Amino acid sequence: MIVSNHHWRRFKNVFMQSLTFVCALLVVLPLVMVFYHLLREGFSSLNWNFFTQLPKAVGEKGGGMANAIVGTFILLIQAALLGVPVGVLGGIYLSEYGGTKLNWWIRFAADILNGVPSITWGIVVYALMVIPMHGSSALAGGVVLGMMMIPLVMRTTEEVLQLVPAGYREAAYALGIAKWKTIVKIVLRTAMKGIVTGVLLALARVAGETAPLLFTALGNLGWTHHLTEPIAAIPLQIFNYAISPYDDWHRQAWAGAFVLLMLVLAVNVGVRFLTRDRLAKPNSRTL
Amino acid sequence: MAATPPLKPIHPTEPATGIVPALTVRDLSISFGKNKVLKNVSIDIAAKSVTAIIGPSGCGKSTFLRALNRLHELTPEARMEGDIRLFGDDIYARNVEPVLVRRRVGMVFQKSNPFPTMSIAENVTVGLRLNGVHDKKTLAERTEQSLTMAALWDEVKDRLNAPAISLSGGQQQRLCIARALAVKPNVLLMDEPASALDPLATAKIEELIVDLKKEYTIVIVTHNMQQAARSSDFAAFFYLGELVEFGTTTKIFTNPVQKRTEDYVTGRFG
Repeated sequence: MIVSNHHWRRFKNVFMQSLTFVCALLVVLPLVMVFYHLLREGFSSLNWNFFTQLPKAVGEKGGGMANAIVGTFILLIQAALLGVPVGVLGGIYLSEYGGTKLNWWIRFAADILNGVPSITWGIVVYALMVIPMHGSSALAGGVVLGMMMIPLVMRTTEEVLQLVPAGYREAAYALGIAKWKTIVKIVLRTAMKGIVTGVLLALARVAGETAPLLFTALGNLGWTHHLTEPIAAIPLQIFNYAISPYDDWHRQAWAGAFVLLMLVLAVNVGVRFLTRDRLAKPNSRTL
Repeated sequence: MAATPPLKPIHPTEPATGIVPALTVRDLSISFGKNKVLKNVSIDIAAKSVTAIIGPSGCGKSTFLRALNRLHELTPEARMEGDIRLFGDDIYARNVEPVLVRRRVGMVFQKSNPFPTMSIAENVTVGLRLNGVHDKKTLAERTEQSLTMAALWDEVKDRLNAPAISLSGGQQQRLCIARALAVKPNVLLMDEPASALDPLATAKIEELIVDLKKEYTIVIVTHNMQQAARSSDFAAFFYLGELVEFGTTTKIFTNPVQKRTEDYVTGRFG
């Protein structure tokens, strides 16, 4: 009786362990598959023209995504200009000021915003900017990505600031240093790497957004000369090319996806490199 | 600061003559929420001497220390009653900013906490720089002075620009002392400054304390009875938020009035 019970328990133990292992593998599998596919299809489609030329007219072979690559960077710069100051200052408020109750609500709201489907953001900015401005624009694209960054940056900034030991703040106060100077010159400086990490990860996250840009930036087959004009972006171009009936455009969509993935990967690897430091490690959940 | 009528002096049980009180504390009570951690403490802290605060964990001695530079106010729900004067100035007067009090009452913490993003020299001068002193000559002078007073100058003079966290634990603590001294406070509070250090580093800090009292008033919280006996002039025994006994260190350690004091200093409890 006791012996058989023991065997049964061992079986259950091994079974559960194997089950969790298989599930963990299932998590990694898509990543491996995406990588394999993109490397095979995307890398082979890459060439110099892809980075330097504009898209060719419909049905014509060749051309590239130069405008979309530049467009993505322009959108990201605008997004950073909006998302970084608001997100970082908001994070500072949550961590260093604010009452428990109000902070709870702000945190709650930020977490909900982080879970809002990106297409919803697109519709919101469409109503707030595209309709009043009578047209899609690079500006609206930047704003929507920036708005998506705010809650992300705010929460990581708060978390990273909370990791700065209270002893540093107390030491600064004990020297008669004012609170805001303590925050700017000591707390922020100590947490700088973590904040930069949070910002980079938020940028990487919004860099691949497509749905909100469909409503706002729209896309552009040529160069954008003014921020009030529609602008091309890599994810938009991938979307447009992928649903087209032309093989050459499919090829370029793969190449675009490959470039985008490399961009996100480069940021993630860079962030790992940056945070090897002893201090200001970001929460591993954000990686 | 507001002028207020002088307070009736409270002397240690065995008054030393001709001593000016740096800090006069009257009826100090502090509570955090519903928890009253200090009850009606009255004490005179003599200038240019070392006063040791002793007592078992949770007796309120750290809170007492932090009330002397208003650092306890960082804790939410902290409430304070009573009166604390620093050379006659009411440090809790309505128009007195905590920041101004803390420039006159420096503090060294249990865990050494040099700022990790700054060099050794930057750590020493941070209190000056962030309070508006930018003259390079003044900063350099004060760096050397403070590090010399903290008995660290000879060890670090060739690498002032090295990161502060490259120093050993004992050196880091002396750096924190130098950092506190650089803003020229009247009083230096020390919260178990040697409890995380090895015996050699501890001995150095103790020597330093005895040295520093020539110019500074020092209040030190310690769990180490030998340390209190060796380096302090006065000792105050706290128990359950009350000041049980206060007197010269010799008196407290050799002939205390209260039974509880005797039990504690001889190691029978606590």
